[in-house]
Amino acid sequence: MFSDYSWADLGAIFAMQGFAGLTLFAVFVLMALGLAIIFGQMGVINLAHGEFMILGAYVTYLVSTFFAEYMPALFSLYFFVAMFLAFLASGALGLLVEWALIRHLYKRPLDTLLATWGLSLILQQTYRSVFGAREVGVSLPDWMMGSLPLTDLIEVPINGIFVMILAIGISTAVYVMLFRSNWGRQVRAINQNRDMASAVGINAEWTDRLTFGIGCGVAGVAGSAFTMIGSTGPTSGQLYIVDTFLIVVFGGTASILGTIASAFSISQAQSIMEFFLSGSMAKVLTLLVVVGILMLRPQGLFSMKLRK
Amino acid sequence: MQERFILKVEDLTVSFDGFKAVDGLNLYIEPNECHVIIGPNGAGKTTLLDLICGRTAASGGSVKFHDKELLSMREDQIVHAGVGRKFQTPSVYEDLTVFENLELNYPKGYSVFGALTFRCDDTIRGRITEIAETIFLEDMLDEKAAYLSHGQKQWLEIGMLLIQDPELLMLDEPVAGMSVAERKKTAELLKRIITDRSVIVIEHDMGFVVDIATRVTVLHQGQVLSEGSMEHVQNDPKVVEVYLGH
Amino acid sequence: MTFSSFMTRKEAFGFLVLAAVIFLVLPLALDAFRLNLFGKYLTYAFVAVGLALFWGMGGILSLGQGVFFGLGGYCMAMFLKLEASTPENTAIQSTPGIPDFMDWNQITALPAWWEPFNSFAFALFAVVAVPVALAFVIGLAMFTRRVGGVYFAIITQAIAAILTILIIGQQGFTGGVNGITDLRTLMGWDIRSEAAKTTLYFVNGALLFAVLMVAHYIRKSKLGRLLRAMRDQPDRVRFSGYNVASFKIFIFCVGAAFAGIGGAMFTLQVGFMSPTLVGIVPSIEMVIFCAVGGRLSIIGAVYGALLVNWAKSTLSESYPELWLFGLGALFIAVVMAFPNGLAGIWSERIEPQILRLFNRSKDDKTAPKRAPAE
Ligand SMILES: Nc1ncnc2c1ncn2[C@@H]1O[C@H](COP(=O)(O)OP(=O)(O)O)[C@@H](O)[C@H]1O
Ligand SMILES: [Mg+2]
Repeated sequence: MFSDYSWADLGAIFAMQGFAGLTLFAVFVLMALGLAIIFGQMGVINLAHGEFMILGAYVTYLVSTFFAEYMPALFSLYFFVAMFLAFLASGALGLLVEWALIRHLYKRPLDTLLATWGLSLILQQTYRSVFGAREVGVSLPDWMMGSLPLTDLIEVPINGIFVMILAIGISTAVYVMLFRSNWGRQVRAINQNRDMASAVGINAEWTDRLTFGIGCGVAGVAGSAFTMIGSTGPTSGQLYIVDTFLIVVFGGTASILGTIASAFSISQAQSIMEFFLSGSMAKVLTLLVVVGILMLRPQGLFSMKLRK
Repeated sequence: MQERFILKVEDLTVSFDGFKAVDGLNLYIEPNECHVIIGPNGAGKTTLLDLICGRTAASGGSVKFHDKELLSMREDQIVHAGVGRKFQTPSVYEDLTVFENLELNYPKGYSVFGALTFRCDDTIRGRITEIAETIFLEDMLDEKAAYLSHGQKQWLEIGMLLIQDPELLMLDEPVAGMSVAERKKTAELLKRIITDRSVIVIEHDMGFVVDIATRVTVLHQGQVLSEGSMEHVQNDPKVVEVYLGH
Repeated sequence: MTFSSFMTRKEAFGFLVLAAVIFLVLPLALDAFRLNLFGKYLTYAFVAVGLALFWGMGGILSLGQGVFFGLGGYCMAMFLKLEASTPENTAIQSTPGIPDFMDWNQITALPAWWEPFNSFAFALFAVVAVPVALAFVIGLAMFTRRVGGVYFAIITQAIAAILTILIIGQQGFTGGVNGITDLRTLMGWDIRSEAAKTTLYFVNGALLFAVLMVAHYIRKSKLGRLLRAMRDQPDRVRFSGYNVASFKIFIFCVGAAFAGIGGAMFTLQVGFMSPTLVGIVPSIEMVIFCAVGGRLSIIGAVYGALLVNWAKSTLSESYPELWLFGLGALFIAVVMAFPNGLAGIWSERIEPQILRLFNRSKDDKTAPKRAPAE
């Protein structure tokens, strides 16, 4: 598939597609981060994680509509407000869901899959009833449009750079929280020995709930970023859950750097292959490679030795 | 010609994230001996058995059973080779009856096809009854294992090993949590079953050890501290130093 | 083996009632169109029975059973499509004699891997062999590395996603998103007629019973007991001398074979096969059929498939929004409130009532309670 292009062309194509894949990378990283925190802490997978992301996307859509309507002068700033509100909305829903559903299922991870799938159906139908079945899109503020010419062949989209910085910023924040803050110490203490942690006065119940809420809130921010690469519909989030989980395990469930590295390689592979193959075949090929590697190396590509 | 040792553990090492729970350990087991391993908590006794029976992967060294290298074998292959293992906490099938527990361990029908076509015949039934008598459970065959007392579960697990007639039996603290009467019965049981096989026993109860041991190894921080007869070990100053108070 | 060791009276009664429902009640109560619809629901029961074996008993959750259902269905559909694509029937195509969707996609010769599907015997073989082969590869890779639980579930879901995208993307070879449609005859026998559909319903019912008997045999065998033991205490089973992975692979393959047969019967009765039956959504719905029936019960799995699908077609026709809310709630309820499904409700609530009524007329001879021996 490469033979029709010269080396210079190929380099430019790779770079262009690579930059174009940055937004996808950001969405992947933020989604995977939320999922990884929850999976690492509680051993459960939230199959409604994509719907939490879409909630963030709808919030972003609402905020952008609101700004366009009532505060056009401040439109260039709406995205920051939207991100913040998306985090709050998805995080609040996460707290609620943890309280109503997840906390009853900690010892039954497989059942959690089914219950959260049920939740995702309910959320999808709610979105459909509230926002309609049609997909909605947002318009970006001017300063995020366009791109910076790097060479005469290669251009860098500004929104891609913006969300990438955002994603890395949030990842760093989460990293700091997990490994430097008091909350992080509690999370890790509970992770190692729940009874002991409770015995020394850590409130395991609230730590779990907060963890779940933060994971979902980060998914909401991913939804904000998502509005830049796709239009938002009730079922837009569904397909992302598989990719996201694959990213998490591909990166090795314990490390944030691994998650970032695997999100990067998967989004880049997909974006670059999309130039040469049809979009669907690029996706098939990426997923096949990932699943193939995971079958041979279940502990992931970037992880340390797995303890039995 | 009879080999001198049936199990040769040489230079065995395992490290958990840098912490060496078993460190360059050597251990030799003769046919028909009852080898007791003692040592303070955390000395690596359980880990040593885990390594031999394939539950934990070793970082280095070798474990030879006759001339088979156990370290490269799967758990079930090690069982088939003739090594049985009893866990520290009783591990029986709680939902099944005593009879069914023993039946599941009867050495027949291990393959998928064998398990599909397995039928309990009179030979098997006879053998199960025989084992049940040995482990003092002949009256409880139809009882669910969940309803057994702690001591009875320990015996049942020993019975599940005996029915496979292993050449080497490894028992991790078999009398822990037992009443005095149960201890005595267990000692009697062990003495009966060690007559025609080798046994490795981990135990804290010194009276019990004196009663059954032909040889004793003291483990400390993953290494062999002392080895020999009970008398020799008890008078070893190194042992006295680390072990007093335990 | 004697009959009584294979099946207790109670179990035999359960199977008899199910047989009466499938072979008497439904055919007598429904018109040909509705009966065909229920025949379609029963094809999902094949998948649900397999799930009861390896999920309910074995604790292995696959969220990709649509893959095996679809592969079985596609194998059958390929044979039927080739039979329908005679040169006479396809004379208006630019390449007569090949399936119409290939012609639309500018393919001018039948691909080599389609060739064997000219043979009915091969197609029948493939209906079982292709799903089993894939299940074997997945099982071998995952179970020998002791991968299970959530991880396995999501990998199977990913495989469902991959296969769907692949089928849709390669429409020249697979019929794309529409699937393989316009199937007409099976060895010259018109499967579209009402009489044929009724016959196929009974064939389907008979096959389902064959599958149920196999499943029941497995349940009652030592392998069945081992599966449950493996679910709860995998280490104990290993140290009893069993190779846990080989049993898991086996039961996963059995489930795949069941699903493949179900898929083939779907194609025959409904007259098409498409990627909408393969993907993530149908696959996870198949799990709910099993869960509603009671994840441990193979008979329950059949009722679950019938009930949920009947509710779906009844509700989603008139209140499509309600249906999705209902389905979502069903997933949650079956996990939180009724983990043993219909079978659990039957054996925990209804059966004791019946027994009580029954026993009251006799002496007050309740079964002696066993005291724990402490
Ligand atoms: N899987 C493991 N991971 C990390 N440390 C372990 C593991 N298994 C055992 N250890 C450590 O190895 C040491 C030896 O444990 P063990 O063999 O159980 O001692 P004991 O002699 O009391 O049976 C202990 O300090 C224990 O914490
Ligand atoms: Mg120990």
